[in-house]
Amino acid sequence: MALVNNRLTAEQYGENFSDIHPPFETRDAALVEANRCLFCYDAPCIKSCPTSIDIPKFIRQITTDNPKGSAHTILSANILGGGCSKVCPVEKLCEGSCVYNLMDEPPIPIAKLQRFSTEKAIAEKWPLFQRKPSTTKRVAVVGAGPAGLSCAHVLSREGIDVTVYEKESKGGGLMTYGIAAYKVTPQFCEDEVDFITSLGGIVINYNAELGKTVSLADLQQNYDAVYLGVGVGLARQLDIPGENLNGVEDAIRFIYDIRTNGYSSVPVGDKVAVIGLGMTAIDAATQAKRLGASEVTIVYRRTQAEMPCTETELNLAKLDGCRIMWLAAPQEIIGENGQVTQLICSLMQLGEPDASGRRSPVETGETMTLEVDMVIKAAGQMPFEELVSENHLENRKGKITINDACTTNLRGVFAGGDCVNGGKEVVDAVQAGKDGAKAILEFLK
Amino acid sequence: MADLSANFLGIKSPNPYWLASAPPTDKKYNVLRAFEAGWGGVVWKTLGSQIKNVSSRYSSVDYNGSRMMGFNNIELISDRPLAINLREIAECVRLFPDRAMVVSLMADNSREKWHELIAQVEDTGAHGLELNFGCPHGMNERGMGAAVGQDPEIARMVVEWVMEKATIPVITKLTPNVHSVVPSGRASVEGGTNGLSLINTIQSITGVDLDTLVPNPYVAGQSVFGGYCGPAIKPIALKMLTTISQDPITSRVPVSGIGGISTWKDAAEFLLLGATTVQVCTAVMKHGFRIIEDLCEGLNNWMDEKGFKTLNDFIGKSVPTITHWEDLDINYHIVAKINPDKCIHCGLCYIACEDTSHQSINLLYGKPYNTYSVIEEECVGCNLCKLVCPVDDCITMVEQRKGEEYVNWKEFQRRGLPLNDH
Repeated sequence: MALVNNRLTAEQYGENFSDIHPPFETRDAALVEANRCLFCYDAPCIKSCPTSIDIPKFIRQITTDNPKGSAHTILSANILGGGCSKVCPVEKLCEGSCVYNLMDEPPIPIAKLQRFSTEKAIAEKWPLFQRKPSTTKRVAVVGAGPAGLSCAHVLSREGIDVTVYEKESKGGGLMTYGIAAYKVTPQFCEDEVDFITSLGGIVINYNAELGKTVSLADLQQNYDAVYLGVGVGLARQLDIPGENLNGVEDAIRFIYDIRTNGYSSVPVGDKVAVIGLGMTAIDAATQAKRLGASEVTIVYRRTQAEMPCTETELNLAKLDGCRIMWLAAPQEIIGENGQVTQLICSLMQLGEPDASGRRSPVETGETMTLEVDMVIKAAGQMPFEELVSENHLENRKGKITINDACTTNLRGVFAGGDCVNGGKEVVDAVQAGKDGAKAILEFLK
Repeated sequence: MADLSANFLGIKSPNPYWLASAPPTDKKYNVLRAFEAGWGGVVWKTLGSQIKNVSSRYSSVDYNGSRMMGFNNIELISDRPLAINLREIAECVRLFPDRAMVVSLMADNSREKWHELIAQVEDTGAHGLELNFGCPHGMNERGMGAAVGQDPEIARMVVEWVMEKATIPVITKLTPNVHSVVPSGRASVEGGTNGLSLINTIQSITGVDLDTLVPNPYVAGQSVFGGYCGPAIKPIALKMLTTISQDPITSRVPVSGIGGISTWKDAAEFLLLGATTVQVCTAVMKHGFRIIEDLCEGLNNWMDEKGFKTLNDFIGKSVPTITHWEDLDINYHIVAKINPDKCIHCGLCYIACEDTSHQSINLLYGKPYNTYSVIEEECVGCNLCKLVCPVDDCITMVEQRKGEEYVNWKEFQRRGLPLNDH
């Protein structure tokens, strides 16, 4: 037993990684749902969207045969509205607050309708936005993820010339590299980035990493303002014995490899343990299963009441055949010949609520041993603490501190997204980018 | 079980549902299918001089995903040879003797032509005649159809010609393309018609194709005004029917109600406002003849619940409640009440009232759900909030009379009572 790639046939990979939320096949199908929308006033769905997309309006525009207007309504609030329609946990956002829930009726499939409107705009490259004349002001954006791209697009629309520095060879950030492939394809991410930059005024320098190929000091020198949207890094260390054994993988790295190298080339264990129960943990667990692992166990130290992922996501993992071990914390990873063979977990019980209001798990003293050949770490991601500190950015455990105007302690340096909040949804990062752009525009006045 | 059978001037049918004179009744094949499905009667598509039809012929108005809320056509009267129609009518009468067979007629404008046509039709064994004074397209350019119905004197004259010859009941079908249907209705009654039917279709353009820029329906780059029908016209038809039911002359004869009838509820409404039978077309053109089952079952169940044993128990029953505006009770006052347990926080009542009415609904901000409540002292009791609310019985209108006694506008003025001061 070991980590093996190429466990399945091409057809099996194709089936396992096909679109989990297929789009409407036809306009008529979209209209059935669009026409159900009540067109609420001061709609709960808008208030539940971090980017405040005017959802009733874009749905109404589907029904009135105004697809360009519909796409514009979405994208002017959220330039990654296409990607968000595929990856947002809508059950806890817009769809979760749809008033139909209060009638015990299925909510409007907002994400699916949003996909209907945006996918066409992106595929057909509709020129929905026009730049204002150049102001000759120049802004550097670090990170071509959701926060950076969102910020860049707003700035460029206002006539700012934007240069984006991205350490990877493609844009999109976690959207491109960190989300399950059955939710959004790398090709779509690329098309979405192209759609964003088609506005003009945005140049992305790839393979340019802050602290290595570019320095913050240079950017401050050469641009009128700098926006940091560098995101977060690899998975949090477990700090337990055996963490360096072969077969212990980082969830982000694992997902990155799936998306970058192709399904058949990514090695996966036969019996896999995934540590954590956030969205990334789910993406790692389900994809391990879909790559051909025969047993996947998600190990989570609290209970379902405290889990960070949504119930929809949990069900996704369950339907894929993943097992959940509640109230179990990794204690030690055992190996033979340098290779993982067992994960020993402490069995926990819930104690008093912690600072976040969640009840903290405490050890019961009992343990349980899982026979595994792969352990995937997905217990949150680590901020780039070293990079942030080296650049004298005020921070809390690596999370950059900003004020109400998205400004760091350095003059002309703004920040937002995961590098500030420690890791939230794509849609939160998009809003952070918008807020950052607004603050920069104010600063440049 | 209520008795749904209808008796219109001695023309009997097992239920009050007839198919209107239109494409569904233009040949034996369709009519037999209708009778097999259970329809009470038909008005055979209009017979008259030979004509030719065009393609296309229909267009419609969709609304919020529902097809054919309104429908129009530019088809003319029957384009089949008269002899074939007459033979098929006779066959249908023979095969289904218990169903009403009324034949719609539109002869050329002469006494002789009308007499000739009536004689031929009566030979088929048909039970009644319907005079098509309403067709709004194609025929009126030739001085027929609506051209007759729009001029009371011409209508009277033609009815008189018909009555000289006809030995079976004659129903005159009125056009709605007039300011009021009453003058031509009166003229027809005074001319001797045994009954009336209304309304025929309303002249219309359903829309313009925004690619070709040609209105619908499209005929080789052109279009013409078509006759509008379907659910959209029901309220207009009900109003016109009521004016006929209220008029001392036109109310002497029975009426067959027509105009957007799609459900048993529509039919009950037409009967309550004075129709003895109803005629259906658009609904069957959309769904087929099978809808007759629910038309009968629904009406029957409602009659049972209301304790009506026969149609006559409620025909015209609502007519007296339609009065003149100045007779309405000004002291009657209602205010909206929102049931917070049923409210789904959609805000539709709020925005309708705030933007377009009396600012009588209060918005208490919440994330994501606002709370809405009625400001009773501002509410005029207009019903708008209740109408836009998507939840049944969430908003109810509660009676809060301004005074005990009945006071109408005339009395209100006479007493010099105060007007609004805002």
